[in-house]
Amino acid sequence: MTDLFTPFSEYLFLRRALVGSTVLAASMAPLGTLLILRRMSLVGDAMAHAVLPGAVAGFLLAGLSIWAMALGGFIAAITVALLATVIAQRTQEYEDSSFAAIYLIALAIGVIGVAASGGRVDLAHLLFGSVLAVDDQGLLLAAIVASMTWLVLAWLYRPLVLATLQTQFFDGTPTATIVRVAFTVLVVMNLVAGFQILGTLMAVGLLILPAAAARQWTTRLETLILLAALIGISSALTGLILSIQADLPSGPAIVLCAGSAYLISVVAGGNRKLNRRL
Amino acid sequence: MNDITFRDVSVLRSTVLALSHISGVFPSGSLTAVLGPNGAGKTTLLDTLAGRLQPSSGLIDGAPSVSAITYLHQVPQLDLRVPITVLDFVAMGAWRVHGAFRAIDDQTLESTRDALRNVGLLDFQWRTLNELSSGQLQRARFAQLIQQQPELILLDEPFTAMDEETTSTLAGLIARWQTESRTIIVVLHDRELARALCPNTLLLDQQVISWGPTEQSLAAHRWRHVA
Repeated sequence: MTDLFTPFSEYLFLRRALVGSTVLAASMAPLGTLLILRRMSLVGDAMAHAVLPGAVAGFLLAGLSIWAMALGGFIAAITVALLATVIAQRTQEYEDSSFAAIYLIALAIGVIGVAASGGRVDLAHLLFGSVLAVDDQGLLLAAIVASMTWLVLAWLYRPLVLATLQTQFFDGTPTATIVRVAFTVLVVMNLVAGFQILGTLMAVGLLILPAAAARQWTTRLETLILLAALIGISSALTGLILSIQADLPSGPAIVLCAGSAYLISVVAGGNRKLNRRL
Repeated sequence: MNDITFRDVSVLRSTVLALSHISGVFPSGSLTAVLGPNGAGKTTLLDTLAGRLQPSSGLIDGAPSVSAITYLHQVPQLDLRVPITVLDFVAMGAWRVHGAFRAIDDQTLESTRDALRNVGLLDFQWRTLNELSSGQLQRARFAQLIQQQPELILLDEPFTAMDEETTSTLAGLIARWQTESRTIIVVLHDRELARALCPNTLLLDQQVISWGPTEQSLAAHRWRHVA
């Protein structure tokens, strides 16, 4: 048992990755819960993929700077969200199809960017994350994003939940736009902060899986968010152990643990029976 | 608030003419029933008043701004999988008064409890919405509605599938709102209810059949299609 944790005391980068992913799991739990309730799980996935071209552009312009890559990723994902929303409104198409269309284009541009960099960018690290890559700057980014998420959510929580329950409630007022934009910005910020450890392909895993797993156990919103955070943090810990013991990329290892929690919850979760008691 | 005056208003739904040359007045502080067969344009009328549809011709004068209107749709547009307590649901109705992004203060909490008491849901305040019956959910929607302090209230068949007791409680609330000088327009299917509740009635079948005091309006036209 102690062997499992030994690497954490031996390697600074692992401790950094653990702190970073724990902080992010706590920050992503309320966002993921609301993302699922707003039926935007796949939209979150699309935005995560859209981070790639921006991160690559940041790298090509400024080298291996976490801030440049994060800023690039943020701009790219927000652009994709904006474009997809505008196209859905203009063409009266479903939003998920415009999101799918635009994120695929963004992803293709990202991969071509990696190819054009002539091997300077490691695609696998960008897509699947790397614990080795987490430095103090990456940790600082995660801390800033998580703090901002909880602060903004404290302010946004009530109208956000109400707009989730009654999508048209604030229609025709600025509140509708504020709620939507603020929520999207928070989601993208978390995806960007997560791409170092989890990778752009896997960052959405800590957003969706813990929340989806928690949904199988309770229907109370506050309990749901706390449980999602707990599942997310446990998945980060076990995922990092798995990653280091089996020499796997950290992103998929963490996502695999969160995915196991989800599958177990689907089979064993007593939501239907328990929801009146919890 | 002002009288709401329709001047030769026609409205298209997609490409189909749903309302044709409507002219008439909803006086300020009045309570009007709108009756008519399916497809008569009753919901279109409410949608237009709420600013969701624009007239293709004609003018509406005196309609308040969107933020002063509350529109209760026939089918609750609620995703009941979102777990939220009855208290929170109703309290958030007061957002126009106390601001959407502020914590709920004691005054709002007090008015929320009052609203819940008025609809007979005070004992259910900690339940989540999905734990309510359809009648209780309708009561909660009424409580949330009044928390918004609207000038104009639009109700689309609020009593459909409600039992007698719920209907009578909710009808009592509507009558009370009128004494608070709010303008109320309610789509109904029941002539007797219109007689009992609403001083004015608009009979509609894409155009105005009759519009005025309920007895006169209903008597003016021997109309048997309306339930």
